[in-house]
Amino acid sequence: MSDNLVEVRDLSFSYGGRLVLRDIDLSARRGQVVAIMGLSGCGKTTLLKLIGGQLKPTQGKVLVDGESVGDLDLGALYRLRRRMGMLFQFGALFTDMSVYDNVAFPLREHTDLPEAMINDLVLMKLNAVGLRGAMDMMPAELSGGMARRAALARAIALEPKLIMYDEPFAGLDPVSLGVIGNLIRRLTDTLGITSLVVTHDIQESLKMVDYVYFISDGVIEAQGTPAEIRASHLPFVHQFVHGEADGPVPFHYPAEDYALDLGVAHG
Amino acid sequence: MAMKRAVLDLWVGVFVAVGLAALLFLAFKVGSTGGLAAARSYAVTASFSNIGGLKVRAPVRSAGVVVGRVAQIQFDNERFEARVVMNIDTRYQFPRDTSAAIMTSGLLGEQYIALDAGGDERMLADGESIRITQGAVVLENLIGHFLYGRAEGGDSGAGQAGAD
Amino acid sequence: MANGPGYWLRRMGARWVDSTWRLGLATRFLVLILLYSGISIRRFQLVIKEIFNAGVLSLIIILVSGLFVGMVLGLQGYETLQTYGAEESLGILVALSLVRELGPVVAGLLFASRAGSAMTAEIGLMKTTEQLTALEMMALDPIARVIAPRFWAGVISMPLLAALFSAMGIFGGYLVGVVLLGVDEGSFWSQMQAAVDFREDILNGVIKSAVFGVAVTTIALYEGYDAPPTAEGVSRATTRTVVTSSLTILALDFVLTSFMFRGVS
Repeated sequence: MSDNLVEVRDLSFSYGGRLVLRDIDLSARRGQVVAIMGLSGCGKTTLLKLIGGQLKPTQGKVLVDGESVGDLDLGALYRLRRRMGMLFQFGALFTDMSVYDNVAFPLREHTDLPEAMINDLVLMKLNAVGLRGAMDMMPAELSGGMARRAALARAIALEPKLIMYDEPFAGLDPVSLGVIGNLIRRLTDTLGITSLVVTHDIQESLKMVDYVYFISDGVIEAQGTPAEIRASHLPFVHQFVHGEADGPVPFHYPAEDYALDLGVAHG
Repeated sequence: MAMKRAVLDLWVGVFVAVGLAALLFLAFKVGSTGGLAAARSYAVTASFSNIGGLKVRAPVRSAGVVVGRVAQIQFDNERFEARVVMNIDTRYQFPRDTSAAIMTSGLLGEQYIALDAGGDERMLADGESIRITQGAVVLENLIGHFLYGRAEGGDSGAGQAGAD
Repeated sequence: MANGPGYWLRRMGARWVDSTWRLGLATRFLVLILLYSGISIRRFQLVIKEIFNAGVLSLIIILVSGLFVGMVLGLQGYETLQTYGAEESLGILVALSLVRELGPVVAGLLFASRAGSAMTAEIGLMKTTEQLTALEMMALDPIARVIAPRFWAGVISMPLLAALFSAMGIFGGYLVGVVLLGVDEGSFWSQMQAAVDFREDILNGVIKSAVFGVAVTTIALYEGYDAPPTAEGVSRATTRTVVTSSLTILALDFVLTSFMFRGVS
């Protein structure tokens, strides 16, 4: 068994003639939290979809637990997905079910466990994310942070080997943000799972991840442990870590010469 | 959850039951289940010089009671007449010398075939035809004859002015 | 900008090509639904839940509309028939108009705007909030788990709703004709029974409403499933569901009627 749960080798993906990802090499060791960072629209969510098998790579391979995701047929892909959990940006809880039923849903669908045992499992998962008291609430009644915690409980219900987080920090208040970050770290350690976090929240991520990849314009621009990233002098990483407005990522969208546009200078 | 599901099941049960009841109401109270009876009928043909506005599915009546329906209307290109096939309920048997006439219910109502039973001892069987027929009264012809007759001052034999 | 005839022709052409594509995709969607219907049959509880949403929640509007349409038919029919002295035929007029045409068509239109739009909005919302993707990532097929049960619920509910509409309408016609205006009760029912045929009229009406049920739910679910995952996309899709399925009902009604009642008229 390989040491890496997720291995992406030489991956390229183009969509509608546009190359979205180019020559990506990336791996996640078992039991680690790996962050994939980049600006909005750099292709990091696409990368998650490729790992989850929702998209097929144009070139290269994605290996999850030794299986090449892009080459599986639907049945094998669905069997593999039972070993994956995914936390969506806004939770994606089923709106017509209570929190309890949401967490019980994958158990009821994929196992033949008796209802009493499902009850115990659901309460356990909800307790792990601190929402045992909210089990009868409907998703519409939850705050953003609570919805994400409930969705996290659902994602770990089947005890997957891999959990993917799509922008888990987006739109959260600082307290909820800390809670989610903490949970990701704790669940990874206690359940022995591997976590892949796609985010652009660098400060929160650097506190809790084991390894970071930076993606910009479809290629991996930089990588390293949080300590290495903090010490990095690469201009792109520096701009990202310190949130500077101008740098390798320019403030101005590419445009004609300003003076020319204003009609001051004559060409 | 269990409670909610029971309520939901109850409502759906009520809905389906009421919907089926409405269907049964339509089938038995509103409609005649002629579809079932159609299997137990026999076909009789009759030729008419003119069928007027008779249509397929028009009723066949005898003494005012519906005994069957018109099944088919064709044009006989050898005798230049209309051939009408009607399905008659097997509960009703008619003598062979029964006559058929095309009538109108009311002044502008639907047209139907009226059967007038004869006195023969043998009954009409499936596929046999009625010999004595009387076509529809065509209003234009009637008016034409009437005016023509007035102008001549005489009595021209009104060919189709019928029983009504 | 360029408002020349070329521009309008191009736009017409583009719309035509686009609609043909959508028709093809919706048909493929329908085939997928039928292929993935296994779960709906094995776990009928899923369908029952959706029958509640599509059927039971449409009951009030169907019953009330049916009653009023029947009452208006009774009133108008009586006025017209009276001039020919044929008030006794009121039963025929009310029953045939409802059973053959108004029942399936009006119930279908109401179903499209009540249940169809709700289906589109719900599926569109599930897509926008990534619930459908979440199902996929849980190794469950959204078409089998979410779409197919709603489809069957619509197909089952629609004929029942149309029958209820017709029955309610005939009751409304009876109320106005017999109770209010004094048409003879005996001839009201007997003339109706003599003129309305089970197979020709009632069964054909039921077939019509079942076809409308398939059309409306397919359109509603397809629009929802295909909606761009934004608030604006979902609201446009909902509008499109009501417009497209209403037009489809009317067009299908014409085609079906010309096949079914060819012998009569």
